[in-house]
Amino acid sequence: MPSDRKPPSASPAPRREPPEWADGLKQLYDSVVEEDLPDAFRDLLARLDDIDPKRGSGQGGGSSPSPGGGAAA
Amino acid sequence: MSGKDQPRTAADKAEFKRELTAVVPHLRAFARGLCGRPDMADDLVQETLLKAWAAQERFEPGTSMRAWTFVILRNAYLTDMRRNRFRGEYDEGVAERILTAPAGQEEPIHLSDLHRALLTLQPERREALLLVGAGGFSYEEAAEICGCAVGTIKSRVGRARATLTEMLANGDIPRRSTEDDAAHRAILEELDEVAAGNLASTRG
Repeated sequence: MPSDRKPPSASPAPRREPPEWADGLKQLYDSVVEEDLPDAFRDLLARLDDIDPKRGSGQGGGSSPSPGGGAAA
Repeated sequence: MSGKDQPRTAADKAEFKRELTAVVPHLRAFARGLCGRPDMADDLVQETLLKAWAAQERFEPGTSMRAWTFVILRNAYLTDMRRNRFRGEYDEGVAERILTAPAGQEEPIHLSDLHRALLTLQPERREALLLVGAGGFSYEEAAEICGCAVGTIKSRVGRARATLTEMLANGDIPRRSTEDDAAHRAILEELDEVAAGNLASTRG
């Protein structure tokens, strides 16, 4: 017996509801958010106080120099 | 009132740092979604933190630190992309977990499949979907982060969803050149997990 609902044949309606993998996308994101922070980040955050913000941004001219690779072609 | 040009006080700096610290996990998640490789993603986040710190006087207190730093991360990513540092390589070790199978469907969707499929999307669409579908930003916020119109974001998210849905439904997920190596590693990791009896507890 076929089920009482006919599959919509001609027009594949665009999905309005979140697809079934939508939760997986959040899971991927959240799984990283919930990871323990690697030590490298603790170290970096601890070092920030020693870095003068002014020096990093030059004269406030928008483009901040990338460390180490000035004229990378 | 509070002039933007005024030098920040020590308290301002401390508050800035507190907020910056709080968004680091989100920056890592966004970066991981963008470039796939955990090590490169973390490099990107470190670069972002340094740039954000250097530019802290341009941050408007009271606005979203997450959105502000995402813009910086995004720009750093695009710059690196242009230099070909990232090729969207997929690290299979990231998420070899099984999603709860949707009702009425026999094949569960692997998070690793989802992630790999995500990484095959066009960068603009991937980014839009990450911001809205994973990061929980509104279309308006995402548009601001990407510097484009709200309609553009909506269209990118829609196309990204359609592509992913189709890929996952058909099992039609393009393979990457790193596959052999990565797949091998994933198998080993999965075996480790099985051996440790961890698989049952990875649902949440």
